[in-house]
Amino acid sequence: MKVHYHSYDAVIVGAGGAGLRAAIEVAGKVKTAVITKLYPTRSHTGAAQGGMCAALANVEEDYWEWHAFDTVKGSDYLGDQDAIDIMCREAIDAVIDLEHFGMAFSRTPEGRIDQRRFGGHTRNHGEAPVRRSCYAADRTGHMILQTLYQQCVAREVNFFNEFQVFDIIFDESDGERRVSGVVAYELATGDIHVFATKGVLFATGGFGKMFKISSNAHTLTGDGPGLLFRKNIPMEDLEFYQFHPTGIYGFGILLSEAARGEGGILRNVHGERFMERVAPTVKDLAPRDMVARAIHAEIREGRGAGPDKDYVYLDLTHLPPEQIDAKLPDITDFARTYLGIEPKQQPIPIQPTAHYAMGGIPTNVEGEVIGDSNGTIIRGLYAAGECACVSVHGANRLGTNSLLDIVVFGKRGGHSMANYVSQTDHIDLRRGVEQDVLDRISAIKSATGGNKVSDIRTELQLTMTDNASVVRTAESLDAAITTINRLKEEYNNIHIDDKGEVFNYDLVEAMELGHLLDLAEAFVIGAQARKESRGAHWRDDYPTRDDANWMKHTLAYRDADGQVRLEYKDVISGRYEPMERKY
Amino acid sequence: MTMDKSPQIDSHEKEVKVTLRIKRYNPEVDTRPRFQVYEVMLKPGDRVLDALHAVKWKLDGTLSFRRSCAHGVCGSDAMVINGENKLACVNLIRNVGTDLTIEPIRGLPVIKDLVVDMEPFFAQYRSVLPYLIANDDPGYKERLQSQDDRERYDDTTKCILCACCTTSCPVYWANDEYVGPAAIVNAHRFIFDSRDQAASERLDILNQKSGVWRCRTSFNCTEACPRGISVTKTIEEVKRAILYDRV
Ligand SMILES: Cc1cc2nc3c(=O)[nH]c(=O)nc-3n(C[C@H](O)[C@H](O)[C@H](O)COP(=O)(O)OP(=O)(O)OC[C@H]3O[C@@H](n4cnc5c(N)ncnc54)[C@H](O)[C@@H]3O)c2cc1C
Ligand code: SF4
Ligand code: SF4
Ligand code: FES
Repeated sequence: MKVHYHSYDAVIVGAGGAGLRAAIEVAGKVKTAVITKLYPTRSHTGAAQGGMCAALANVEEDYWEWHAFDTVKGSDYLGDQDAIDIMCREAIDAVIDLEHFGMAFSRTPEGRIDQRRFGGHTRNHGEAPVRRSCYAADRTGHMILQTLYQQCVAREVNFFNEFQVFDIIFDESDGERRVSGVVAYELATGDIHVFATKGVLFATGGFGKMFKISSNAHTLTGDGPGLLFRKNIPMEDLEFYQFHPTGIYGFGILLSEAARGEGGILRNVHGERFMERVAPTVKDLAPRDMVARAIHAEIREGRGAGPDKDYVYLDLTHLPPEQIDAKLPDITDFARTYLGIEPKQQPIPIQPTAHYAMGGIPTNVEGEVIGDSNGTIIRGLYAAGECACVSVHGANRLGTNSLLDIVVFGKRGGHSMANYVSQTDHIDLRRGVEQDVLDRISAIKSATGGNKVSDIRTELQLTMTDNASVVRTAESLDAAITTINRLKEEYNNIHIDDKGEVFNYDLVEAMELGHLLDLAEAFVIGAQARKESRGAHWRDDYPTRDDANWMKHTLAYRDADGQVRLEYKDVISGRYEPMERKY
Repeated sequence: MTMDKSPQIDSHEKEVKVTLRIKRYNPEVDTRPRFQVYEVMLKPGDRVLDALHAVKWKLDGTLSFRRSCAHGVCGSDAMVINGENKLACVNLIRNVGTDLTIEPIRGLPVIKDLVVDMEPFFAQYRSVLPYLIANDDPGYKERLQSQDDRERYDDTTKCILCACCTTSCPVYWANDEYVGPAAIVNAHRFIFDSRDQAASERLDILNQKSGVWRCRTSFNCTEACPRGISVTKTIEEVKRAILYDRV
């Protein structure tokens, strides 16, 4: 195993929508490397389907302030309103930028960018659903990812493809923590690459592989948050994790909310449109946390379908077949491929699926990482996209607001990193900064323990899906933490089969599991402490929102002794006062 | 709605024995590729990708293959499954059978097991200027594009760069200078986009000896494309655009 050294002004870790948008901003201004464990076009942004909201008002009256109101309300008043204002205002330019970059949006008859309805997005503060989501059929994320990658090709951005970052290096020589480098592992050779750099922006995406039923890719293992957490960077609001109502039964593959935006209806085993009972105004287009809970309740109360009565239906059979082919081609294909059913004639069996991390690396609106509850900025460290928590999504993200988040805050993060590094000097890297990674690799390769990485991961996924998902209680969370603690012990006693250097995914999966375990632990501890129900965090034993005690963000730290410690910080308030969330 | 036609999905489907013959090559020990046989139990509704995971996670962790999304949108897991280029994650055991021979895609250098070197493929992609080139300044507004103009290039926007097409092309196997169908698809994406102004530059590139004229219209690529893109038709349209100087 060889060690190589590189020097850059700025490094971006991750090449999904957030990383690529940042790269477009940084490359050309300062010497930049983009390090990504997947080829950029393999990133999970490409899986996003439904759309990206912006109040363009191309098809009906709309204002960014309405979008901001919906986002605040959708967040169950845990979103920071300064950040939400910025996101919703800059959304309009972000969409126009993408169009100028060549994005193949679906168009109106007049040739403008078309817009459609999406859950939780309303006109005039909740009156009725509004057409706000800009889209490209049901492959909006694919088009965004391709477009951003194309622009990076045009700009000759310097990619290190299939390089996996394993560590970050801080310098504390002047008494203040500052980024000085990252250590990456080259999958094709097993070589180690040390990148000396003045700035690092993490854009590593989510960690949905913590759950058994998930819409997330196998590679979404929370590497960025995980490795920063170990370096004493706190994680914000991890307990707020979104379960999307409509995952394909048994697979978890997503069927976009666009299906309901186009008129699809949820039905229980009796054919009843149960969302009419739960959210009389917006019905099937209520926010995801509410719909996921409603499905959970149908199943719990015996109105689920199938031999185990454990799913409900997404019904598209009443939609014109041409509309399905034009607007929902991919997701209807998924139903055909994986369940062998024809959505034009049969309703699709669905169940909630683990989907999106509202929490993550705490940042401000410039993408700078905040290291504590006093707002201390870590110099040179940035984060954007799903791995970051700005927080624009609070306790529950609205559909289409993540594609928006990644382009708006990817751009902002890139911009502020470029500014910072062009005014800062390089710090000399200490010799041997890669030693910790080398030690961990050789420890895993030489370990002879009895446990298998895949067994531990499977058990983690099961306990998280059973005990820490749509509905939680003190007992279920206790069960989860007991299992996680045991699994962490077992993780210290593993072995892997592959001892080689070349494309050793056995080793990589072992590294990734470490992050999933650490983040799951902090997630559950945060959920245990939060004795209220807000957004995606629903406690059956505390079924109301408690603004007096809990309108605050969780910050979880991993202390030197390995224990998780919680702190809290205030929500940034604004124009919209908390009120009851009814739809 | 009547619930008569509602599908019942059986989560207790019985497992069946699946035999995988996998072409393996580890550059650190093997001098040449070899086949290794594994048997795993799976449900008929499981994916070929699940079969590979069952091997890797239960029997032999040294097996290497790429994968990410697991539902046919990222393009990571193109491989030769019973002789045909396919994505492992969109093919169910029920449809491909319980006797599987799995090999790496052909025409790109094998690095380890099912992992091939994708760099030549992406270099060919980059060579066709695969990005919008438009020099007018649209100001702070979107460019307009009619629904018909948008539809004109819709098919080729679906490409996920999986390489199933290019690595099923006999011409590409014989001569890796040929840019290959995937690169042509991605050139077509912009040549026929009404907003783009560099069609003639791309057509010049594809008119060279490594370009479209190498294609022998054998349709392998079209059959292989998991996104259902009419790849050969796309190539024909580019040829016609070169001949008649018209897009
Ligand atoms: C099926 C699905 C549908 C969705 N639909 C929508 C939608 O319609 N609208 C919407 O707004 N949102 C949607 N979302 C959410 C949204 O798509 C994601 O939150 C968003 O795309 C995440 O982008 P990202 O750039 O943060 O991360 P990703 O696109 O996941 O990219 C992560 C990147 O990090 C890299 N990486 C990770 N770890 C490392 C490491 N250790 N070293 C180096 N590189 C690393 C990877 O290679 C990858 O390039 C959807 C999500 C899913 C799963
Ligand atoms: S049609 Fe052309 S590009 Fe496609 S496989 Fe045949 S020769 Fe190759
Ligand atoms: S054209 Fe089809 S087969 Fe070829 S790379 Fe694109 S998606 Fe894959
Ligand atoms: S794993 Fe993404 S296409 Fe198969």
